[in-house]
Amino acid sequence: MGRFIVRRSIGVVLLLIIVSMATFGIFFLAPKLVGTDPARLFAGRVADDATVKQVTKKLGLDQPIYIQYARYAKGIVAGRDFNNGPDKTHCKIPCLGYSFKNDQAVWALMLDRLPVTVSMAIGAAVLWLISGVSVGILSALKRGSIFDRAAMGVALAGVSLPVYFTGLLGLSIFSYNLKIFPNVHYVGFTTNPLSWASNLLIPWVCLAFLYSATYARLTRANMLETMGEDYIRTARAKGLPERTVIARHGFRAALTPIVTIFGLDLGGLLGGAVLTETVFGFPGIGKLAVDAIAQLDLPIILGVTLFAAFFIIVANLVVDVLYAYVDPRVRYT
Amino acid sequence: MSRTYLLKTGAALAVLALGAAACGGSSGGSKTNNAKGVSAAYNAAITSVVNVSDKKGGTLNYVASSDFDSLDPARTYYAYSWNFQRIYQRTLLAFQPKVGKEGAQVTGDLAKNKGVFTDGGKTVTYEMRDGITFDDGSPITSADIKYALERSFAEDVINGGPGSTYLKPVLVGGDAYKGPYKDKAGLASIDVTDPKKIVFHLSKAFSDFDYLMALPISTPVPQAKDTGARYQFKPVSSGPYKIDTYQPNKLLKLVRNDKWNAASDPLRKALPDTIVVTEGLEPDDMDSRLLNGSADMEIEGTGVQPTAVSKILTNPESKKLADNPSTGFTRYITIQEKVPPFDNIHCRKAVQYAADKVSLQFSRGGPVAGGDFAGQMLVPTLPAYKQFDEYPSGPDHKGDLAKAKDELKQCGKPDGFSTKIATGNKGKGPKTAAALQQGLARVGIKADIVAVDAATYYTGFIGVPDNVHKRGLGLAIAGWGPDFPSEYGFFESIVDGRAIKAAGNSNYSEFNNPEVNSLIDQAQTTTDVAKRNDIWGQVDKKVMEGADYLPFVADKALVYRAARMSNVYINGAFGAYDLMNIGING
Repeated sequence: MGRFIVRRSIGVVLLLIIVSMATFGIFFLAPKLVGTDPARLFAGRVADDATVKQVTKKLGLDQPIYIQYARYAKGIVAGRDFNNGPDKTHCKIPCLGYSFKNDQAVWALMLDRLPVTVSMAIGAAVLWLISGVSVGILSALKRGSIFDRAAMGVALAGVSLPVYFTGLLGLSIFSYNLKIFPNVHYVGFTTNPLSWASNLLIPWVCLAFLYSATYARLTRANMLETMGEDYIRTARAKGLPERTVIARHGFRAALTPIVTIFGLDLGGLLGGAVLTETVFGFPGIGKLAVDAIAQLDLPIILGVTLFAAFFIIVANLVVDVLYAYVDPRVRYT
Repeated sequence: MSRTYLLKTGAALAVLALGAAACGGSSGGSKTNNAKGVSAAYNAAITSVVNVSDKKGGTLNYVASSDFDSLDPARTYYAYSWNFQRIYQRTLLAFQPKVGKEGAQVTGDLAKNKGVFTDGGKTVTYEMRDGITFDDGSPITSADIKYALERSFAEDVINGGPGSTYLKPVLVGGDAYKGPYKDKAGLASIDVTDPKKIVFHLSKAFSDFDYLMALPISTPVPQAKDTGARYQFKPVSSGPYKIDTYQPNKLLKLVRNDKWNAASDPLRKALPDTIVVTEGLEPDDMDSRLLNGSADMEIEGTGVQPTAVSKILTNPESKKLADNPSTGFTRYITIQEKVPPFDNIHCRKAVQYAADKVSLQFSRGGPVAGGDFAGQMLVPTLPAYKQFDEYPSGPDHKGDLAKAKDELKQCGKPDGFSTKIATGNKGKGPKTAAALQQGLARVGIKADIVAVDAATYYTGFIGVPDNVHKRGLGLAIAGWGPDFPSEYGFFESIVDGRAIKAAGNSNYSEFNNPEVNSLIDQAQTTTDVAKRNDIWGQVDKKVMEGADYLPFVADKALVYRAARMSNVYINGAFGAYDLMNIGING
C-alpha cells in the first residue's frame, strides 16, 4: 500500500505541474486574445503609456512566457520577493503568485478564505451523506412505497433546483421574514462556535439538499442492483439476519460508486463553492475567485484554479485508496 | 467614466438647494449642520438633515457589495471610499458636512482655512490647526502632508488614485518627479519649512486647487510608517476613528481613536462607538438586510435593485426612509468624429435627433432608478448649469425623426448608414446600446453592438483612440461625473482637446475645439464667480453644438436609510449620504 501511495503521489505532482503549465499558458494568452492588458488594469484608468510601461516591467510582464512560468514555479518551491515601494514583500513558500490589486500573496489570501470554504463543505457533506444515503437505502428497501415515491420526488426537486434558488428562498424565509437566522454572515468557529453553526445552517441545508438528492438516487439504484445479486440470496439462505445482509453484503457493495462521487464532490467544493458562497456573501475560496474574475485579478484566478485542481486530484487519490478498503476485489497494484 | 470609478458629485438640484438654504444654517466649519432636522419622509434627506442628534454610542452596521478600492488615501478613486474616509481620516481641506450644494463647498480641516492665493494665483498657502495628531498621539505637521502628496507621484507603486494626474501639471517640477521612493530629495515646489504651514508653488494659476486639497490625497502620511503598496492594510488614522479590523472583501471595523483631539476638529461629531462594514454581499441580499433592519445603510450609494425599488415605493413606511437624489453623473453616448461618417457633423446630428431618449432612460432604470432626461452635458448640481436642450427629441422624448432624416440628407446619406456601438458587457451598458440601436434603426442607421469586457472597457478599449479608429467604433456608451464638484473637474478630461491621450483617454469622441480649449483656460484664471460660471455655460453650449456628445439622463439613484440613524442627509459633494456624522438614535 505504501508503494501504491508513493507512486500515485508522484503522479499527483506531475499532474499538478501539467495543470499549472496549462493554466499559466491560458492566463498568459487569454488577456492578449481579449485585448486586455493586466498592466494597464493595475496602473489605473488615468495612467499614461509611460506609467503602464513601468508597471509592465514591475510585474515582469515584459518577459517571455517561459521565464514568467519559471519564476512562478520557483516561487512555489522557493518563494519570491516583490517590490512594494520603500521595501520588498517576501512571498513565502508556496508562493502561488502575488495579487497586485490586493497587495497580498495569493496563497495567504486563499489560506485566509479556506476556513470558510472548509466549514461550508464539511458541514454540508456530513448532512448530505447521512441524509442522502439513508433515504437511498430506505427507498431501495421500500421500493414502490409512498415513502420511496415521495423521497424520489423530493430528490428530483433537489437535483433540479440550483443553489441560487434554494439559497435565496432559504434566506427569504428564515432570515428576512421569520428572522430565525437574521443577518446571515460568516463567523469563525474559534470566535463563536454556536454562531458559526447557526450562520452556516442555511447554506449547509441548501448545499445538502442539492447533493443529497444525487446521493439518494445513486444509493437507491445501487442498492436495488446489489440486493438482487446471487450472493445476497445466498447470504439470506445461510440464515443471516436481514440487517446483516443489508449492511455487510448489500450496502458495502453499493458503497463503492458513492465513495467515488463523494470524493470528487467534496474535492470540488473545497476548491470553492462558488455559487453558494456568492449567494450568502460568505468570503470563501469561491467568492475570492468570483471577485478576482470581476476585477481580472489573474494571479488569484490562477491560484484558485490550481488550488481547486489540487483538491480534486488529491480527492481522487484518497478515493483510490479507500476503494481497496471498501471493495476487497480492488488491490493496491 | 464608470459609476464606481470616479467621485459622484453633487446631489442637490437647484430647487433642492433653495430648500436647503431656506432651512437656514450656521457658519462654515460648525459641527451643527446647516439645515434644521426633520423626521423621516421621502426625499427628506435631500433638503434637510433627518433625525438631528448628538447622541453618542452604539454600532453602525453598513453593507457593501464589494471592497473599497483602497484604504490608502493616495490610491483610492471610488466615490464611496472617499466619502467613507471622511469618518476616520482628515484632509488639509474637506467638503463641508452640509446638505446639498453647501456640502460641495470646501472648508478647513487640518488647515485653519482655505488656501491663500498670491503671486497671481501661482502660490497657495495653508496654515495648519493646533492640536492635530495621528492615532499614536504624534503631532501632524505640514511635512506629513507633503510626503502624502509626494507618494501620489510614485505611480508604479501607489497606483489607482488621481493624485499625480492633477498634481503633475500643476506643481512646479511635478511633471518630472517620480515620487519619494526614487527621489529622496522630494518635490521642492511644496515648501514645509514651517511645520505649521504648507506652501505650494504652482506652474500656472489653478483656481480649483482648494478642491484638490479636499481629496483624500491630502490625508497626512507619516513617512516612518509608510509601507508603500501595503500601506492600505494599516493606514495611520488622523480622525476620530481608527481601523480595528480590516479583512479585504469581508469586513472593516472602525473603533474610536482616543488620541483624536475633538477641539481641533470642528467638522466631526464622532457619535457611534463602532462602525462595521460588511463587504462582498449580493445587491439583493443587501436590500433585504436594509429593509428588515439588520443593516443601516448601503454605503456605495448606487441605489437599491429593481425588486427593492418597487417594494419601497409601494410601501409608505419604507418610502419615507428612502431618497432619490441626483448622483452628479451624466449618462451619454459619444459620437466619434474621427470615425466616418461621423466626421460630418450632420451625421452626428442625425444620431442626436434619432435617439429615443425614453428607451435610453428606461435602459438605466427609468426616471427613479435611472435619472431625469438630459439635453446637455453639464450636471444640474454644478453652479454653472443652465438648462437647455440643443437637440430636442420631440415632446414625448422619443426622437425627432423628421429632423434626423433631414440631417441624414445634409450628410449625404439619405438612406442611413452602418456603424458600431461600443459598450461594456456588464451592468446597464448592453441595455443602453440596444435602446440606442433600436432608436437609430428607425431612420436607417444600422448599428452593430460591440460588447467587451467591462473591466477594461474604458481603460483598454474606448480609452485608446487607435483602437476606436481601427474597429470603427462610431458610437460608445459612457458616463461621467467630476472628481471634484467644479466645472473644471467635470469638463477638463472629456472636452479639452489638449487632454486627448494615446491611451487612458477620457475624451472618447476626440472633441477638440480650440475655442473651447481657450474658454477652459480663461475660466481657470477668472476669479469672478459669475463671469466664470458664464464661461462654463459657454463651454457647455459649444460642446453640444459640436454634436459629439449625446447626453440622455442625469443620473439618479433610490437610496435607503435605516430609521434609527441620526444626522442623515445627501451631501452635494458626493451625491450620496454623507457618512461623516451619522449616529444612532434608536
